[in-house]
Amino acid sequence: MKELKIAAIKDGTVIDHIPSEKTFRVAKMLNIDEIEGVVSVASGLKSRKVGRKGIIKISNRELNEKEVNKISLLAPNASLNIVKNFEVVEKIRVALPDEIVGIGRCANPKCVTNNEKVKPRFKVIKGKEIMVRCHYCERVQGINDIFPE
Amino acid sequence: MGKGSDSLRGKMPFRGRSIISIRDFSREEILHILDTAERIKRGGGRFKGILKDKILATLFFEPSTRTRLSFEAAMTRLGGRVIGFSDAHVSSVSKGESVADTIRIISKYADVIVMRHPLEGAARLASEVADVPVINGGDGANQHPTQTFLDLYTIREAQGMLNGLSIGFLGDLKYGRTVHSLVRAMAMFKAKMYFVSPPGLELPDDIIGELEEEKISFKVIDSLSSVLPGLDIIYATRIQAERFPDPMDYKRVKGAYRLTKKSLKGAKESLKILHPLPRVDELSPLIDKTPYAYYFQQAANGVPVRQALLSLVMGVVE
Repeated sequence: MKELKIAAIKDGTVIDHIPSEKTFRVAKMLNIDEIEGVVSVASGLKSRKVGRKGIIKISNRELNEKEVNKISLLAPNASLNIVKNFEVVEKIRVALPDEIVGIGRCANPKCVTNNEKVKPRFKVIKGKEIMVRCHYCERVQGINDIFPE
Repeated sequence: MGKGSDSLRGKMPFRGRSIISIRDFSREEILHILDTAERIKRGGGRFKGILKDKILATLFFEPSTRTRLSFEAAMTRLGGRVIGFSDAHVSSVSKGESVADTIRIISKYADVIVMRHPLEGAARLASEVADVPVINGGDGANQHPTQTFLDLYTIREAQGMLNGLSIGFLGDLKYGRTVHSLVRAMAMFKAKMYFVSPPGLELPDDIIGELEEEKISFKVIDSLSSVLPGLDIIYATRIQAERFPDPMDYKRVKGAYRLTKKSLKGAKESLKILHPLPRVDELSPLIDKTPYAYYFQQAANGVPVRQALLSLVMGVVE
C-alpha cells in the first residue's frame, strides 16, 4: 500500500507536482499562513514526473485566478486537484498566462508602479527560463525578481 | 491595432493613438510615420495651418531643450499653440499631486500631450488615464520613441533605404536608451549590427537575447576599425563620466571610443555618422566638415518627424 505522507482532505484543493525545491516558495507566495482551515505542505516526495516533488493541500478552499497564475509562474508543470468529499472531481494543469496583473512587484525602483498607485502588470516571456516584462517600464526580469524571497 | 499593411488601409489608423514605445509599432506603421514626415518636409507650405486651433501641452517634469523645443517648433509651424511647463517645481506635482491626476486634468485642456518624466513607465500610465493622445518625450532610461523615429528617418534619408544596412553602434550602449530603441527597430529592417562599448557599458543582455532569438546578424567587438569598410552608418553616443565609479577609468577609456578623421580612414564614401547629441569627446569637431557628418541634419529632422506624429495622432493627416 502506498504510504500516505500527508493527510487526505475532504474538500479543497491539492497542488501537486511542484518541483520539490520550490514548494515552500509556492506556499509562501500563496500566503498560506493567512488561509483559514487546515493546510498541509510536504516536499521531497518521490515523483516519476518531476524527480522530487512537493504537495500543498488546502482544505475548504478553491484557488482564485491570481493564485493560479502565481503558481504557474513558479511551477509551470504543477497540477491542481479539486477535491470534494475525498474524491478528485477536477484535475487542472496550470498554464502560463500571457499577462499577469495585480501580482508581483517590479524590481525597478524607478518604475512608475513603485512610485504611484498603479497595479503591477507584466507580460510573460515564455522561453527556456520564464521571464516577465513590466508593462510600464519594460524591464525584463526573472520570477524571483518580482516575487523576492 | 493589427500588424501588417492591412492595419493602414483603414482610415486614420493613428487618430487618437498614443506614442509610448517603439515596441508598439509594426514595420509598416513605422514606414508610414516616416513617409508622412517626408511628405511634410517636402510639402513646403502645404501643411501650414493644419493644426490651427489645436493645443499641445508639453509637460516636462525633467529638463530638455532639443525635444521640447523641436515639439514646440513642430506644433507652431503647423499653426497650433503650445501650453506647458519645463520644470516640475512650478507644477502642482511639487505639491504632491500624482502623475495620473496631473494628466487627467491637463488632458481636459489640450488636444495632445507630450511628456518627459524621470519615472520609467510614466508615459504608459499617462496614456492609460488621458482622454487625448500622449507622446512620450522620454521616460527615465526606458523609451524615447520620437528620437527613434527621427533616427530611422535620418538613416533612410542618408542611405536611401532602411533594409539590410550595416550599422556600428559606439559608446555607452548600456544606459543609452536611444540605442536600445534603435537596435529594436533596426532588427525589424534586418540590419547587420556591430556593438562597441567600454567594459561595463555593454548592450543589456535582454536586448542581446532578443536579437539572438530573432536570428539578427550582430557582433560585439572591441573596435569598429575591422568592420569600418563595410559600414553604412555609425551611431555614436555620449559616454558619461558619471557612469564610471572611478574618474580615472573614464579617462583611460574615452580615447578608445572617440571618432576622429584619422579613425575613419578606409570608410565607405557613403558612410554617415549619427549622434543623438549633445556630444562630449566622442566626436571630433574636425569631422563636422566631412561628408560623413550627418548629426546636425539628424537634429533638424526632429521637427518634420514630430510634425508627422502630431498630425497623425490628431487625425489631421492620414
